[in-house]
Amino acid sequence: MATATAPTAHTSEYQPQDGLLLEVEDLHVEFHTRYGVAKAINGVNFSVRQGECLAILGESGSGKSVTAQAIMGILDMPPAKIPQGSVKYCGHDLLTMPEDRRRKTRGPEISMIFQDALSSLNPTFPVGWQIAEMFREHRGMNKSDAYAQAVRLMERVSIPAAKQRVKAYPHQFSGGMRQRIMIAMAISLDPAVLIADEPTTALDVTVQAQIMSLLQELQQERHMGLILITHDLGVVADVADRIAVMYAGRIVEQADVRDIYAKPAHPYTKGLLDSIPRLDLKGQELSAIGGLPPNLMHIPPGCAFNPRCTMAQDICRRDRPELVEVGPHRKAACHFSEEVLNA
Amino acid sequence: MTDQTGIIVAEGAVAQEADNVGQAQSLTQEAWRELRRNPLFIISLILIAIFLVMAVFPGLFTNTDPAKATLKLSATPPSADQWFGRDLQGYDVYARTIYGARASIVVGVMATLCTSLLGVIIGTLAAFYGGILDTLVMRLTDVFFAIPFLLGGILFMSTFPNTVNSGYWSVVSKVVLALSILGWPSIARLMRGAVLQVKPNDYVQAARALGASPWRIVRSHILPNAMAPVMVVSMINLGAFIAAEASLSFLGIGLVSPAISWGVAISDSLSLIRTAPWILIFPSIFLSLAVLAFIMLGDAVRDAFDPKGR
Amino acid sequence: MTKYIVRRLLQMIPVIIGSTFLIFAMVFALPGNPLAGKCGERPCPPAFVEKFRADHNLDDPLPIRYVKYLGDLAHGNFGTTFQGLNVLDELQKRYLITVKLAVIALLFEAIIGVLAGVLAGIRKGKFIDNLVLVSTLVVISIPTFVIGSLAQTIFGVKLGWFPVTTPSKPGWYDLLLPGLVLGSLSLAYAARLTRTNLAENLRADYVRTAVAKGLSRPRVIGVHTLRNSLIPVVTFLGADFGGLLGGAIITERIFNIRGVGGYIFQSINSRDGTAVVGAVTMLVIVYLFMNLLVDILYGVLDPRISHD
Repeated sequence: MATATAPTAHTSEYQPQDGLLLEVEDLHVEFHTRYGVAKAINGVNFSVRQGECLAILGESGSGKSVTAQAIMGILDMPPAKIPQGSVKYCGHDLLTMPEDRRRKTRGPEISMIFQDALSSLNPTFPVGWQIAEMFREHRGMNKSDAYAQAVRLMERVSIPAAKQRVKAYPHQFSGGMRQRIMIAMAISLDPAVLIADEPTTALDVTVQAQIMSLLQELQQERHMGLILITHDLGVVADVADRIAVMYAGRIVEQADVRDIYAKPAHPYTKGLLDSIPRLDLKGQELSAIGGLPPNLMHIPPGCAFNPRCTMAQDICRRDRPELVEVGPHRKAACHFSEEVLNA
Repeated sequence: MTDQTGIIVAEGAVAQEADNVGQAQSLTQEAWRELRRNPLFIISLILIAIFLVMAVFPGLFTNTDPAKATLKLSATPPSADQWFGRDLQGYDVYARTIYGARASIVVGVMATLCTSLLGVIIGTLAAFYGGILDTLVMRLTDVFFAIPFLLGGILFMSTFPNTVNSGYWSVVSKVVLALSILGWPSIARLMRGAVLQVKPNDYVQAARALGASPWRIVRSHILPNAMAPVMVVSMINLGAFIAAEASLSFLGIGLVSPAISWGVAISDSLSLIRTAPWILIFPSIFLSLAVLAFIMLGDAVRDAFDPKGR
Repeated sequence: MTKYIVRRLLQMIPVIIGSTFLIFAMVFALPGNPLAGKCGERPCPPAFVEKFRADHNLDDPLPIRYVKYLGDLAHGNFGTTFQGLNVLDELQKRYLITVKLAVIALLFEAIIGVLAGVLAGIRKGKFIDNLVLVSTLVVISIPTFVIGSLAQTIFGVKLGWFPVTTPSKPGWYDLLLPGLVLGSLSLAYAARLTRTNLAENLRADYVRTAVAKGLSRPRVIGVHTLRNSLIPVVTFLGADFGGLLGGAIITERIFNIRGVGGYIFQSINSRDGTAVVGAVTMLVIVYLFMNLLVDILYGVLDPRISHD
C-alpha cells in the first residue's frame, strides 16, 4: 500500500536547483477599480524550498491571499494588475511565461487548496469525477483508470468507503470530508508546491487539527514545498518551518517559527502573539491591536503600521522601513526592531 | 427566566437591527450613487418624464386637434406642415401620437398600481400567516398561471365587450381590470418569497418577542425589507402592460376607435405598412420607447441594488 | 421520485379544475345568443330551440353544467360545438399546427438565444455584449404584432423568401418565419438570462478552482461554468413552451395560420363555449405537464435538488 501512495517521480522540465522551488521577487499587485487603485501587494520577496513549509500570516486585506493567487495565476486581470515583480518556479518566471505553458504547471507543478471547499468544488459533478479530471486532462488517462486514481487518492486522504462515495456530490459530504477531497484533488498530480489558502478557517476546531496533520503528513511524505496562508497563529505553530508576516501588502517580518514565537522583531507580530490566549498566562487580560488595517487605496506614508503602533515615532511616519536582516535567518521591517527584539 | 431571555434576545436584536439599518442605508446610498452615474437610468427617467407630461398635458406638444380629420389629405406623407404625415382618415399622425400617450400611460400605470397593491397584500398575508391561507393562495396563483395571459385577456374583454356607446374611461378601466386580474399572481408570488426570506431575520423575531402587533411588524419591519424585488418587477411590468394593451387593440378587443391610443393607431395602420409606412412607424416608435424606458429603469435599479452585479 | 411525481400529479387536479371553471364561468357569462342567425332571418322554431338548449345543457345552472362538462371530460369527451362538430377532432388538427409552430420557436430560442447569451456572457462589457444587450432590448420593446407584420412585409412580400400566408395544412417551411416571430421575445429573454447567469457563475469559487486545476479556458467555460449557468435557462425554455402555445394567437392571426389560438378566438366570437373551454383545458394541461417535466429535469441537472 505504501508504494502505491508514495510520490512517483515524474520527469519534468522543471528541476529545482539546490532544492529551491519558488522565488517571489519584488512582487506588486494592484486592483484598478472605479473608485481608485488599491495597492494590494507592494514588493514582496520570499522563497520556498523542497520539503519546507512557509506560513504567510496576516489579517484580512494584508495581501496574503492575493499573493497566493498571483503565484497560482488565478487573479482576475482586470481588475488586478501586476506592474512589477517576478514569480520564478525552478528558475522559470511564471509571470512572463506564455499562458498555455503556464496553465500546464497548474496541477502537476503548483497546486492550491481553497478556504471554502463547498463553494470551491463544482456542485454539479461527482467528487470522483472532479479528481479524475486532473488525470484525464493532464495525463490523458482513460475514464476508468482516472476513476481508480480518484479512489486511491480519496483513500489516501482517509475518506471512509471511498469506493462507494466516489460518485457522490460535494453537498453530500461534511465540511471536513469536503476539504479532504479538495486536498486529494490538489495533490493528485504530485505537485512540487502546494498552496493552502486558509484551509481550515471554515471548519470546526477538532476537524481543523485533523486537516492540518493530514497536510503536514502529505507534505513530508511527498517532500512538497507548502505555502500555508492563514490569519491564525495557533494553526501554524506545529506545521510551519518559517513564517512571513504580512501587513498592508508587505512582509514586515520573516523568521523561523521558533524564533518568532520566542521573540518577535516587529511590533505587529508582537501584537498578534499577545492576542492569542495562552494557558501559562491565565488570568491576564488579552491585549488586542488597536485600530483598523489601512485602506489599500490610501496606505499611510512611512511605515504602514504606524497609526496603530504603540512605539511609533516621527521617523515611522516619514520613512518606510526596509525588510532587513535582524538576526540569523530573520528579517524585519521596523525602525525599532532591535528594541522590540530586546524588550 | 422568560423575562430575562426576552431581554437578552431583544438586546442582541437591537444591536443586530442597528447593524441592519446601517447596512441598508449604506446599500441604498451606494445604489443611489451608482444610479446617478448610470446613463441608462438618466435616459429612461427623462423619457418617462416626457411621456408623463405628454399624457397629462398633450396640448403642450401640439396645437393640432387630433380628432379633426381632413379626408382630402388622406395618407399624405410627412412634411414640414405635418411632421409625421396624415393617416387614412386624414388625421394628423403627430397629434394623434401625442394624444395617444395618455391611454397607454394610464393603462400601464393603473395596471401596475393595481397588480402591485393586490399582489403585495395577498403575498404578504400568505407568507405572514402561512398555513391554510398560504396553501390556498398558492393554488389560486397556480390556477391563474395556468391560463395563458393573452387568452385570459381576450376572454375577459369578450365577456364584458365594448359597445359603440362605451365611454373612454369605461373602456380603459376594463383593460386595466383585465390586466390586473391576470397580473397580480406573479407579484403575489414574488412578495411571498421576499417576505418568507425576511421573516426569520432576528429583527423581526425580536419585534415579536417584544410583543409588537402583527400590523406593526409587517409595516415597520417586513415591508421595508421585502419591497425591493416587487418594485423592480413592477417597473418592468409597466412596460409590459403598455405592450399588452397594444396587443389587445391589435386583436380588436382593447381600446377601439374613436379612442386615441398607440395600440389602436398601430393596428389600424398595419394593413398600410407598404403604402403609407409613416402611419405605422411613428406610433410604434413612441410605444417602443415607452416600453423600453420602463424596462431600462427597472434593470438599472435592480443592477444598482444587486451587489453581486458589481 | 415516483412519490414526488404522484404528489405533483395530484396537485394538478385542483389547478385544472380551478382554471377550467374560471374559463367556463367566463364563457358562460359571454353575452349574446348562440342561436342568433342559426335559422336564417326568422327566429328558430321553439322545438328546435328546446332541443338545442337541452343538448348543450344551456338551461342548467352554471355549477351543474360545469360538473356535467367535467364528467364528459373525464371520459375523454370534449363535447361538440354548436355546429355539431366534435371538439376533440378539431383540436387535434389545430394543436398539430400550433405545436409545430411552438417547436420552431423553441428551437430558435434555445439555439440562437443561448448562443448570443454565451457570447455576451464571456465577453461581458465588450462590443458583442453590448450588441446583444441592445438588440434584445429592441426586440423586447417592440410588440410581437409589429415585429410579425414587419417580418411578413419584408421577408414575405418584398423579398419573397417565405410564403406570405399559410396553407391550411402547413409544412415546416411554411411555419418557419411565423415560428421565428413567435420565438423572438422569449429569445431575447433567454439570451439575457444566459448572459446574466454565465457572467455571475464565471466569478464563482468553483470556476476559480477549475482554473487552478490547470484546465484550458474552453473547458473551464464549456464544462464547469456553462452547465450551472444553463440550468435556469433550460427551466425557462421548458416553462415557456406552454406560453408559446397560448401566445401563438397573435402570430397565427398575422400569418393566417389555422392553429389553436385562432380557434379559441373564433370560438369566443361565435359564443361557442364548449370549444373554448376544451381548447383552453388542453393548454392548461400541457402547461402543467411541461412544468412538471421542467422540475424533474431540474433535479437531474442540479444534484443539489432532491425530489425524494
